[in-house]
Amino acid sequence: MNVLLVNNIYLILFVPLLTAIILLALPDYRLSARLNVASCFLTFLAALSLFFAKPESGRYLMIDDLNIVFVVLNTFVAFTTSAFSASYIAHELATGRLTSTQLRFYHAMYQLLLGAMNLALVANNIGFMWVAIEVATLTTVVMVGMYRTHQALEAAWKYFILGSVGIALALFGTILIYMAARPVVGEGLNGMVWTVLIDHVAQFDPALLNLAFVFLLLGYGTKVGLVPLHAWLPDAHAEGPTPISAVLSGLLLNVALYAVLRFKMLMAANPGALAPGPLMAMLGLLSIVFAGFMLYRRGDIKRMFAYSSIEHMGIIVFAFGMGGALANFAGLLHMAMHSLTKSAIFFAVGHIVQAKGTQKIADIRGLTVTHPLLGWTLVVGVLSIVGMPPAGVFMSEFLIISSTVGRSPLLAVVMVIGLLVAFGSLVLRMHGMAFGTPSGGAAPVHASYLPMGAHLALVLAAGVYLPPPLVVWFQHIAALLG
Amino acid sequence: MDRLDFDVAHLFAGGLVLISFMLLYQDRLYALLNMFALQAVVLALSVSWQAHIQHAPHLYITAVITIAFKAIVIPVALHHIVARLGIHRDVENVVSVVPTMLAGIALVALSMVVMLRVTHGADALAREDLAFALSVVLLGLLMMVTRSNAVSQVVGFMSLENGLILAATGAKGMPLVVEISVAFSVLIALIVIGIFLFRIRERFDSVDIQAMDDIRGEGR
Repeated sequence: MNVLLVNNIYLILFVPLLTAIILLALPDYRLSARLNVASCFLTFLAALSLFFAKPESGRYLMIDDLNIVFVVLNTFVAFTTSAFSASYIAHELATGRLTSTQLRFYHAMYQLLLGAMNLALVANNIGFMWVAIEVATLTTVVMVGMYRTHQALEAAWKYFILGSVGIALALFGTILIYMAARPVVGEGLNGMVWTVLIDHVAQFDPALLNLAFVFLLLGYGTKVGLVPLHAWLPDAHAEGPTPISAVLSGLLLNVALYAVLRFKMLMAANPGALAPGPLMAMLGLLSIVFAGFMLYRRGDIKRMFAYSSIEHMGIIVFAFGMGGALANFAGLLHMAMHSLTKSAIFFAVGHIVQAKGTQKIADIRGLTVTHPLLGWTLVVGVLSIVGMPPAGVFMSEFLIISSTVGRSPLLAVVMVIGLLVAFGSLVLRMHGMAFGTPSGGAAPVHASYLPMGAHLALVLAAGVYLPPPLVVWFQHIAALLG
Repeated sequence: MDRLDFDVAHLFAGGLVLISFMLLYQDRLYALLNMFALQAVVLALSVSWQAHIQHAPHLYITAVITIAFKAIVIPVALHHIVARLGIHRDVENVVSVVPTMLAGIALVALSMVVMLRVTHGADALAREDLAFALSVVLLGLLMMVTRSNAVSQVVGFMSLENGLILAATGAKGMPLVVEISVAFSVLIALIVIGIFLFRIRERFDSVDIQAMDDIRGEGR
């Protein structure tokens, strides 16, 4: 038992990896879909066990209060998405959009992606973290291009090139961090171990750290989808299989955000370094306003929710950029709420697109009549994501705005404008899709309502009541983030 | 530090920047690929020299990977692809040569100013290596934005990556350099396979990225 508990950190890495290898060899897609779900569930359990038996941090891997939240959220959403994916791909196979060979590949890639994301989260070495994020990027590129259509290939190519430039810049930043660390902690591996870096960062050369952070923010910021660097995100969301859109929005953006946060903590611990906050707050604000206005003219349902993801990543980065106990707390909460809500919306959207046979918003009408359950799920999901009470998103957005008003009211005004524009556009489009005269296919879908129901229930529950231990936990992390 | 050590390292790093400039104005794909192979050779020499003066034998692995993969395998593969796709005509520059070169000079000046100012603490070799490396990275980025052809964009990305390897090997005692160069090789191999396998020409009727850009997914 003890051995198992000590090694639970390895479980979340090796279960996905092993499963990926097995899945590559499995020809039957029903079996591999089930194995995919089972493996994700196991990984989720292993992640949960980290709460009860926190392993010691080594030179390669670490678990602290910050990344445990990311790991648990990540594995949970990966688990529910795998359940959604199982019902989604059966339809794709039936309509001939995917072949069973492609599906075998798809499942293996899904597990590899999960393993790479977990590695990025638990790596105690900024070099490993970089490699893991690169692997995660590559697997998603392959999956975005899976349909092999004109648009899918273009989206994959764009994502590939922009993502590669992003990770190249992030590597340059990583090298600069090592250069800054070398005079203090000495040559070799120690100069990349995060726990060593954070202990000694106060003595690093601030100028070099500043430069490194600019590269890291631009590099990983590309993967977060912050606005001047977001061009890949809508295409990648719109053209890939919908489970991948859910994973991209709900998980991969968070992983990149986590990398930015780690380096922000380094910057904050050095007294001479530039304050990272204003830079992040500005990029976040720009994303909110830009995405808010872009949302209005979207004609494609998945693309619309991709812009909504840019908006919400903007809100989260803005919150962490403002900093302070309250804003950090709200940022963390918002991150969790956004992951759950947005992936639930993508689950619903996946089935809606299959039922109606189109991604065009104009051709999707009267969902609540033709597919009542899906239609109402979409309504609840959209109302949650735009921040209507009692959803958890409302609470986190409220906390962010109220903590900003006290410090810099002007920024709060800009943010509220962005939120209102996004609210208006999303509700307008949702109204057209959910109500009105039905159009498009009315064939029943074999949807799995459990994943989306569970997500939305959690979001609503969090808006009404947050368990005190969770609040204490988040407050503790918020204090860590400075 | 030995004067000779310093000068030779300088020579190779400066050579990389120079070749980056030469890449900027090559307007034929074959010439571009040859020039890139030359840059990979110089990079391999530079990495070997660093391995020698730092007494870091593992860096020789990186040098060998660079020579085998980036100076031979990738250029040959891209030659084949270019021949197969029948695009060995002129490279279309989005921006003409003179402004591109001027922008390149400005970027090198920028990276010198920035790098030399912020690296007071580091030793002379490392800081000048980093300044050269940043120049190569920025010139690679410049090439990626000024070219519209998928193959030359990939060459731009690879020269950018050469700059990163230069920086990583210049940072004395940096761990994971070999792993990172392997990871990059995988990435580049996938990009090249991507160009070929996805048969961009077949799907898009040209490898011109501008032609791809008119599909925004909105008009479907």
